[in-house]
Amino acid sequence: MSLRTHIGNIRLPWAVWLGGGLLIVHLIMALFAAYVAPYSPTAIDTAHIMEPPSPSHWFGTDRYGRDIFSRVVYGGQVALLISLVSAAISVLVGGFLGVTTAYIGGVFDDTVMRIIDAMIAIPGVLLLLVIVTGLGSGTAVIVLAMVLSYLPGVVRVIRATALEYVPREFMLAARVRGEHVWHIVWVELWPNVLDVLFVEFAMRASWIVLSVSGLSFLGFGVNPPIPDWGLMVSENRAMLVTAPWGALFPMLAVSTLVVALNVVSDEIAKLLGVDRGARI
Amino acid sequence: MMWDIVRRVLTICVTLFVVAAIIFAATEVLPGDVATAILGREAAPKRLAAIRQQLQLDRPASERYWQWLGGFVQGDWGQSLARPDQAIRPLVLERLRNTFWLSLLATCIGVPLAIILGVLAGLRRNQWLDSLVSVISLIGMSLPEFVIGSLLMLVFGVMLAILPAVTIVQADAPLTKLLPSMILPTLTLVIVMVAYILRMIRSSVIDIMQSEYVQMAYLKGVPQRLIIWRYIVPTALLPTINAVGLTVAWLIGGVVVVETVFNFPGIGRLMTSAVSDRDLPLVQALGLIGAFIYIMINVVADVATLWLTPRLRTQFWRPNEET
Amino acid sequence: MNELLLTVCDLAIGYPHGAQQIRPVLNGVHLQIRRGDRIGIVGESGCGKSTLAQALLGFVRDNGVRMRGSVNYGSEELFGLAPDRLQAIRGADIAFVPQNAGQSLAPHRTVSDQIAEVLTIHRGMTGHVAVQRINALLTQMRFANPTQIASRYPHQLSGGQQQRIALAIALAGEPKLLVLDEPTTGLDVTTQAQLLALIHELSRDTQLATVLVSHDLAVIAQSCQRVLVMYAGSVVEDGEVSHIFRQPSHPYTRGLLAAIPDITQARLPVPLPGQLRHMVDSTQCVFLDRCQFAQPDCAVAPPLIQLTPQQAVRCHHWQTVTQQVDRKYDTTLLPPVAAASAQAPVLQLTALSATYARPTWQWWRPTKTIPVVQQVDLHVQAGQTCALVGESGSGKSTVARVIAGLHPPLHGDITVDGMRLHADVAQRSAPQRQQVQLIFQNPDGSLNPRHTVAEILYRPQAVFFGRTRAQALPHSRDMLQKMRLDDQYLERLPRQLSGGEKQRVAIARAFLADPTVIVCDEIVSALDVSVQAAVLQVLVDMQRIHGTALLFISHDLAVVRAIAQTVAVLFAGQICEHGPAESVMTTPHHPYTIMLLSAVLSVAKPMHSMAASTADPVQAVPAGGCPFRHRCAIAIAQRCADQIPPVQQLANGHQVRCHHPPAVLHAYRQDILHLDM
Repeated sequence: MSLRTHIGNIRLPWAVWLGGGLLIVHLIMALFAAYVAPYSPTAIDTAHIMEPPSPSHWFGTDRYGRDIFSRVVYGGQVALLISLVSAAISVLVGGFLGVTTAYIGGVFDDTVMRIIDAMIAIPGVLLLLVIVTGLGSGTAVIVLAMVLSYLPGVVRVIRATALEYVPREFMLAARVRGEHVWHIVWVELWPNVLDVLFVEFAMRASWIVLSVSGLSFLGFGVNPPIPDWGLMVSENRAMLVTAPWGALFPMLAVSTLVVALNVVSDEIAKLLGVDRGARI
Repeated sequence: MMWDIVRRVLTICVTLFVVAAIIFAATEVLPGDVATAILGREAAPKRLAAIRQQLQLDRPASERYWQWLGGFVQGDWGQSLARPDQAIRPLVLERLRNTFWLSLLATCIGVPLAIILGVLAGLRRNQWLDSLVSVISLIGMSLPEFVIGSLLMLVFGVMLAILPAVTIVQADAPLTKLLPSMILPTLTLVIVMVAYILRMIRSSVIDIMQSEYVQMAYLKGVPQRLIIWRYIVPTALLPTINAVGLTVAWLIGGVVVVETVFNFPGIGRLMTSAVSDRDLPLVQALGLIGAFIYIMINVVADVATLWLTPRLRTQFWRPNEET
Repeated sequence: MNELLLTVCDLAIGYPHGAQQIRPVLNGVHLQIRRGDRIGIVGESGCGKSTLAQALLGFVRDNGVRMRGSVNYGSEELFGLAPDRLQAIRGADIAFVPQNAGQSLAPHRTVSDQIAEVLTIHRGMTGHVAVQRINALLTQMRFANPTQIASRYPHQLSGGQQQRIALAIALAGEPKLLVLDEPTTGLDVTTQAQLLALIHELSRDTQLATVLVSHDLAVIAQSCQRVLVMYAGSVVEDGEVSHIFRQPSHPYTRGLLAAIPDITQARLPVPLPGQLRHMVDSTQCVFLDRCQFAQPDCAVAPPLIQLTPQQAVRCHHWQTVTQQVDRKYDTTLLPPVAAASAQAPVLQLTALSATYARPTWQWWRPTKTIPVVQQVDLHVQAGQTCALVGESGSGKSTVARVIAGLHPPLHGDITVDGMRLHADVAQRSAPQRQQVQLIFQNPDGSLNPRHTVAEILYRPQAVFFGRTRAQALPHSRDMLQKMRLDDQYLERLPRQLSGGEKQRVAIARAFLADPTVIVCDEIVSALDVSVQAAVLQVLVDMQRIHGTALLFISHDLAVVRAIAQTVAVLFAGQICEHGPAESVMTTPHHPYTIMLLSAVLSVAKPMHSMAASTADPVQAVPAGGCPFRHRCAIAIAQRCADQIPPVQQLANGHQVRCHHPPAVLHAYRQDILHLDM
């Protein structure tokens, strides 16, 4: 309780800078992949197979002679695109369901929440795999699978947040005024869950990157010629000892992206005063 | 009390029923011909017919769903498609045993470790230990399981070569033979699990430390040591029981990747091969079992919270002389 | 002179503000406490009084910092002590009773555990000896059944019981000094009176020194000898209660005294202009920007000037202030006189009853219902204020919800301007909804945190008058002006407003609908006294301009006295007394009203012997007969239990629901209140 502990209170600012910086680097690389990557991610070059990192191939090449750096860069495009799109859909649909169930309640709420409970009850990867079994692989299926497995969590969180506001006096005042249901839900209630929704988006995006890479690692992600970090790790994992660059660089890429997203979403949560709490 | 148990059991049944419907719908009812989906487009018409026969695809989906669920409840989990003449139940139960021990080991190490680190970090907020723990938890949360697994494998299995890198033991090997192969997978699970639980416990401890009753304990002269043990730790752990339950339940999903990395013969590995083989009955069975375990762990966590929280407990056994 | 216990010397405590800055909340406080002293610390929220209270035990909250000064107990400086020694003093020599016992008692431990802990740590008592001591303490705290209470968890107790347990814990260490931080805030008046009587007895019997922190001047006036008036972290006036409350010498003390509504006078309290600024510049007088006596020399902070041995003040111009006091006091704003009662009422409730369903999982059985409002008949006339008074749980808020159409009543009618309103707000027509407006207790909840004031004020105009935003703006501006808020407020969000400002915006929103009746549900309960006075004044002004009828729901009889023409007293969902405010307040007839009035504290008059003080106020309300009979000192054994009391008509439309004839009630009142009527 002295002055010193207080000033030493500013926590890990370097971590925040590092996270933000990493995220920006990842975003730039993904956006300008065509300019950043020196080679095509799928170009096979039998003359340069499994070469270690060198000035011409910064991260080396894999067993088909493909440039690992270019594949990592394009892999980032795939990972970010899938995760941002899936997170956006989950958050928008989940937000809608969360707010409406919270306000309308009754049988509608009960029905939706039973289904949400059931979806949450099929743990993580298992639900993804069940969906993949039914629908096969491909980018669209992955997005759908991600939405289906992360949406229930969003619904629960947003519903709980909205439920804090539903009994508030300004909601009662709107009812007493005789406002239409859509006005109450969208004009009175919805703006109050936006902060939480934004934090949800950032959090879910980081988890989706993890899940997508995990799914690809298992071999059920994007279809093979497309560069994907998880897929690259599983392809090159056997040579972890003889040619470690093939697996290590995509590992580094996915880890730094998720670290960056986590740090940034933590920071956003702190800034908006949203309790990230125990979310699974 | 009686009615609450009944209600709980009913809720579980309804949830499981919906889970089964979702799994069934995702695998069998979705657009397209199931038999073609299983065997691929170039499959011989004769084999397609055989699959249709075996899965009774000519019957309406709802009828098949009831039959499947009815059979499942009675212990008939069906036949594997990819492994001829293999009944699903013994296969799943054998692998479940391995996964059970793996998860149990990870839980027994991970939960106490996370509690100790989380409480220490919360008590020494903003000091070096807390910063260190925060960084560790950030890394544990951010690295995918296959990265952690692969790195551990590289370091301990290959470079140091002190532990088996992959499992080469048969699925039905006795536990003692399996144990060495379990160390690295366990370690991987522990790292991820600790990262999550630790965060929750830390923030719970920080909340409780700012609560008015901890402040009151200081003001009534309770020694610091007792404040930690009597006030902070018990009340900080209570709200995390559910979260711990969720994380332990997460293991069921997490093991899929970890078992694949280490080629460990558990239900996770079985699941991936079932999906690769498009072995529908096996995927369905594993999905349902996974959900069942998940729900049961959560029920245990709920009941534990209920039992340990005076406010909730007394609500249950409402004394007659309530004022 | 008694033995010196504690000396506070030039104490300053601050909390971090932003990254590097420390903002002081306590600035240069001096205080000496002797054995047997009864010291009060009074001030509005944010003045640093709770920080001072905790600092008396060498405690600073969270990340607070002691900037300078010392607190000495005997020869020891509390802020310099080793943690173990400090913990040994806390609870054993200096004990603390917290503001909010409900939050301060550990939720996972029983009452006996929490008392026994102190006994073991500070007095070395264990086992049987401890159990006996716990029983003795609980008995002393007036618990009828100590063993039963001891085995309870905090959440199983009522607010008043929790507060008494906190007191028992504090006394368990047998301290020499007891610090009480707002011990009665949030309690009903009757419970508050009981607790204060208990504290008073303790300090009288045991030479225990007490420091009582409160925002309520009346509480301090009733239970302390000496008072410190605090403003923005400084003590602005210090001295004997009898001197300071009779002749305040600091402009703030004076303003504060004028701002409290007084039960003995039917006058509107005078608001204190401006609002508390968090002190930034400590070189000038802390009260400068709100002071009407301010002169150029106030830019230099005045010292605490000792006027007499009994009074010290921190003001350069205390002489001017003291001289003006008497004149200023007589400025009483009387509320409008009651109009002819022949006029038809604009709001009429007829035989209104409402219940709450107790949730149950046995869906095949009929739901259990709890009656909360029973057979309420009430009317309010145009331009008048009818107050609905009752303790917490009396059902008064339910009445508000029923009128607003948010809680369907079991039966009964609501008529506004002769038009019967539908029970459900969704079924009411727009003109019907426009006629009844509702203002809520909680200023934080009643405005949407995401809408600007302009948007908040626009909505009722859009819904009821079909105005566009542009058309609504001049009306909103005009209304804000009447609320004494300037145009800048239009673009603000609720979080940028203070509590009083929020409540004024809520009042503006209600009046913008141009209603016939406004239901005000405890609208000033969450506000500080000076702010409360300003809000009441705005409300009454608006009422006069628009001729609106008000149903003013409150637990605070002094506020009710200030603004209402008629009063209805609600107990357990039934109106037990109803009539003109003057008549009900000065000649109460129902034993419950008499008890409420006897428990109300005032700066001006001494505390009454509390009526029926032995009964624990949290007894379940009995069914059938008279609901008040268990707490009534003059209940008739058979009749009150079996028969529903009749409504008796007194003069001037004054009604009382009691079995006793008026003469008996009159004698009982004389007994309790000693009023010369």
